[in-house]
Amino acid sequence: MIGRIATIAHNTFREAVRDRVLYNLIVFALLIVGASILFGQISLEINRIVLINLGLTAISLFGIVIAVLIGIGLVSKEIEKRTLYTVLAARPVHRWEFLAGKFLGLVMTLVVNALLMSIGFFAAVAYVSKGLHPADLQLAVAIYFILLQFVLITALALLFSTFSTPVFSSIFAFAIFAVGTFAEDLRGFASMAQGVTSWLMTGAAYLVPNFAALNVISQVAHDEAVDPRLILLNTLYVTVYAGAVLTASVWIFGRRNLK
Amino acid sequence: MNAKLRTHTCYALLVAALLAAGAWLVRQTDQVRGDQPLQEVLYIPSPKVVKRLSLGYSGLLADIYWTRVVQYFGGKHQAHAMQYKILAPLLDMTTSLDPKLIPAYQFGSVFLAQKPPEGAGDPQAAARLVEKGIAENPQVWRLYYTLGYIEWLELKDPAAAARAFQRGSGIKGAQSWMRVMAAALAAHAGETETAVYMWTNILNSTEDRSLRINAINRLRCLKVDSDVKALQERVDELTKRQGHAPSGWEELISVGLLRGVPIDPRGHPYRLVAGRVQLSDPDEFPFVTRGLPPGKELGDLPGEKGFKKLEKKLQQ
Amino acid sequence: MASFFAHREVRGIWSYLHGYESGPLCLGYNFQHEHMAAIEIQELEKYYQTGFFRNQRKLGLKSLTLTVEEGEVFGYLGPNGAGKTTTIKLLLGLVFPDGGTARILGRPLGDIEVKREIGFLPEQPYFYDHLTALELLQYYARLSGIGGRDVRQRSERALARVGMSEYARLQLRKFSKGMLQRVGIAQAIVHDPRLVILDEPMSGLDPIGRREVRDLIQELNEEGKTIFFSTHILSDAETLCDRVAVVDRGELKGVGVVADLLRDMSGDVEIAWRGPQAIAALSALGARCHATGEVVRARLPERLQDAALEALRERQCRLISVTPVRATLEDFFLQHVSAEAKAEVQA
Repeated sequence: MIGRIATIAHNTFREAVRDRVLYNLIVFALLIVGASILFGQISLEINRIVLINLGLTAISLFGIVIAVLIGIGLVSKEIEKRTLYTVLAARPVHRWEFLAGKFLGLVMTLVVNALLMSIGFFAAVAYVSKGLHPADLQLAVAIYFILLQFVLITALALLFSTFSTPVFSSIFAFAIFAVGTFAEDLRGFASMAQGVTSWLMTGAAYLVPNFAALNVISQVAHDEAVDPRLILLNTLYVTVYAGAVLTASVWIFGRRNLK
Repeated sequence: MNAKLRTHTCYALLVAALLAAGAWLVRQTDQVRGDQPLQEVLYIPSPKVVKRLSLGYSGLLADIYWTRVVQYFGGKHQAHAMQYKILAPLLDMTTSLDPKLIPAYQFGSVFLAQKPPEGAGDPQAAARLVEKGIAENPQVWRLYYTLGYIEWLELKDPAAAARAFQRGSGIKGAQSWMRVMAAALAAHAGETETAVYMWTNILNSTEDRSLRINAINRLRCLKVDSDVKALQERVDELTKRQGHAPSGWEELISVGLLRGVPIDPRGHPYRLVAGRVQLSDPDEFPFVTRGLPPGKELGDLPGEKGFKKLEKKLQQ
Repeated sequence: MASFFAHREVRGIWSYLHGYESGPLCLGYNFQHEHMAAIEIQELEKYYQTGFFRNQRKLGLKSLTLTVEEGEVFGYLGPNGAGKTTTIKLLLGLVFPDGGTARILGRPLGDIEVKREIGFLPEQPYFYDHLTALELLQYYARLSGIGGRDVRQRSERALARVGMSEYARLQLRKFSKGMLQRVGIAQAIVHDPRLVILDEPMSGLDPIGRREVRDLIQELNEEGKTIFFSTHILSDAETLCDRVAVVDRGELKGVGVVADLLRDMSGDVEIAWRGPQAIAALSALGARCHATGEVVRARLPERLQDAALEALRERQCRLISVTPVRATLEDFFLQHVSAEAKAEVQA
């Protein structure tokens, strides 16, 4: 079981790498270098703040975009190209193992991508702040949260991929990411509404993925520490929510007739 | 078929359970996060920058910030906080993003003006906020009302309040009581001539019977105020001359300070009790500020309770 | 050939050791080995939802009952849209039946482990084109449960078998259709399965390619593998298959050994003569006539032979030959398939 999942995951990873999708790393590297040099003239304080904001936002956004663009095709592309027939039909592979493999493969791709970018990022931070300090550990926390964001968005993209075409899947995925970023405000709106609207909005506000809580970029840019309870809560939340989404994916995909 | 139904139910329950757990975790996270979303807003140096960053969606962003303000205020209010530090900059940010967001000016200024723990206790900032709103939205009469309220109740400056109501009363759509309020406040500020002028204006411009009666009463009371003031001056003069307070109007008449017994606008004579000029029947003149016997309440000008009633009227 | 029989002998002993029906060695659960069909289909049904509101039902497969024995080469024939691919997808768990059951190698539908023993080549296959041929086979080999060093060895062997060794390191996106077809067969056999299912294996191949595939199928069969393949090219089926089944529009039209099927079809005769005069007369009898220069050939059922010869003699035609025509599978096909088509038109 693990072997099969690992094989599929490895193949998914390999496909992403060979797809030249990771060339975004180069763009990122240029961005970071450029930013550090350009702002070199202004005060040290601002330089660091801008670098952290820019760097972490870039890591996050590049990753989200890749996650959605590849994620929505994880299943639908295999069905469209009929590559999955030979995997499911004549191999002792459960459909859920297939999904798990695709999911892990993409998550692995994103993690590797983010780690490579992080190395460049920390190098830039060290250059600007003349070395790394213990306070920079918070930056690692921010990156960890970004990785959690990747897990969430990948699970969602996979879910959409099991039943929708790439065009709609990408729209849904980006839309749900946008809504999730303002989830806290949605809960605010809901509490101000009345009657049926209030119930519906509250329900939606709590079911939408809570991307807002995973974004601590401006916080760490101002050298504010992240509450350790938040780290625990976010980890649990992503585990539970991604679990729900993946279960739904297995459910839908398991009963699907593959024409 | 049974097995299939069982499978589907299992999956459905599992997904629902996980989502419920997620929702609970979201609640916990919100509590831990607290004010974080608002703090983040203020990291951005100025409203102009925020506006540019919002890529044209500044209206939506303003709405979002406004709801955050409400949340923030609600949370603090519940916790009986004594400090609402970031309320003013937040409101500035919100109204810069969307200068036409009237509720932000209206309710934001109230939040700002009220004394802690009901509010931030900064009426100056509140007045500035409303003035900003008026500058951007000169045709919204309700803002003038809000300003007047703040000037009168929180800044205790009835003259400024009267001016605010006066400015607003000329706006199209303004309710007629705006002028009433302006006049009433002017009288309270001691600007009797202005008040007389305003009430006469109201009397001449309305057909409404109750409003006319009210205006006439008001003018009568203003006359009383002015009469009582003048009469009291002469009584005080005679007291100084004689060394003791006169006991009746005859003393003043005989000395030549008065030509006859002074009559109030209703036709009843004023009384002189222990050196103090008073009305024979104060109930006939509900709006006077002078000439009341000791112990009687001062005027009818709406205090806290009155304004709340007016507020309710506003929301209808 | 010898190896073919030897394999069967071994199997027989094996089943004997594991409890034949009778005797104290009977272990009940295993007597499936004694006579296990490779594929057993019982009243398998599939409908498709069509229409904008998905409220209409279209027949995919109607109550199919069929058995494929181990060790045989079985041809699954039918025109396009007959339900051949649907049947295969149902067997392999890609699509779920609306009724009926089936067993593969004794295991019910949905069993995952039995897939180790199955190889499958889909119609018009397409593979991960970012992989090389060798990487693809290794991927599949690993998924099938082959481990470690064996993976590379078996992959290379499978490639060699289909004649693709020199392209082992070429990325699949550069392959032609014929090359992909061969790689497809390679992945179907890399894990040495007992049952190989091929959906239109000859499609898109040139005659050389088709010959090679035919030879390969025979080789695999000689190794003891059961081959089940679908096709609409009847000549291939005729030469290769032990038994065939014919389906049309979701219904089974006939199943059996080719010779048996054709024997039931009444033979025609072909009469050749010189002189065109009798064409009208013979056509009236129901013969199909075809003239080439002076020679006319007419094909008609055997029972009409005497009447036809009489007609020719009357018109003093010069008879050249009277030859019995062997029915082909195509004839069988056309008879059963076009009958339905005719019925549909009349209905």
